[in-house]
Amino acid sequence: MEAYLFYILAVVTVIGTVMAITEQHPVHAIVYLVTSFFSLAMIFFLLSAPLIAMFEVIIYAGAVMVLFMFVIMMLDLGRPSEASRPFLRRWALPMLLGGIILVSIVTVAVNHISSPDTSRMISINDFSVVLFRKYGVAIEIISMQLLFAVVGALYLGRKRDDR
Amino acid sequence: MIVPLEHIIILAAVLFGLGLVCTLVWRTNVIMLLIGIEIMLNAAMLVFVGGSARWGMPDGQVFALMIMAMTSAEVSLALALVVYLHRRRNSVDVDEFRELKD
Repeated sequence: MEAYLFYILAVVTVIGTVMAITEQHPVHAIVYLVTSFFSLAMIFFLLSAPLIAMFEVIIYAGAVMVLFMFVIMMLDLGRPSEASRPFLRRWALPMLLGGIILVSIVTVAVNHISSPDTSRMISINDFSVVLFRKYGVAIEIISMQLLFAVVGALYLGRKRDDR
Repeated sequence: MIVPLEHIIILAAVLFGLGLVCTLVWRTNVIMLLIGIEIMLNAAMLVFVGGSARWGMPDGQVFALMIMAMTSAEVSLALALVVYLHRRRNSVDVDEFRELKD
């Protein structure tokens, strides 16, 4: 049952992403991407990572995509412009390069001999113990990094009078 | 583990390829370029979470959380840069930004 759900959600994710990258209208692309991220969050939930699934919805679909939408609307980039539309020949080489990478990864994954499954369910308790005991220093570094990002964004976004 | 790890890696590879194609094709629009980077980072997160579920270790989920924190910092800085460049040149076309000086 859960396996079928995984494949259905995988198809939804891929279709949402394809629609997002081929869409001319930036706002529509963002909405398709939010759909894709929601189904990816459901996949994370199926892979016994409920906390990551929640953060995916809250941070990615909630905060990051709304930030994109906010910038698009603030700068008035919402109109699809035919001038900036990529031509067909511009799709050919990127598709070729991406296809080569995709085929190589799929070949490695298919030829991989999987050892017997030794997995156990990961509870949020295990996750938290590892997060705050083993990787406690990394949490501090992340807090510093977010602080630097706030300072940098404020510096770049301030009004300049010298122009 | 509900599905084999190979299927998760194939899904992540498809997502990564789509993100790469998005980044390479939409070189003229900074917003779509950033969206392509987001898709690629999501594919990386999927590999980490899948590996964590496969081996029953929570470390992969911790790394997925760190990728998320890194992405939020990156997106806030990059969008501040987009606003700044749009204010200066009135465009989000990457080809417009060829000079390092004013």
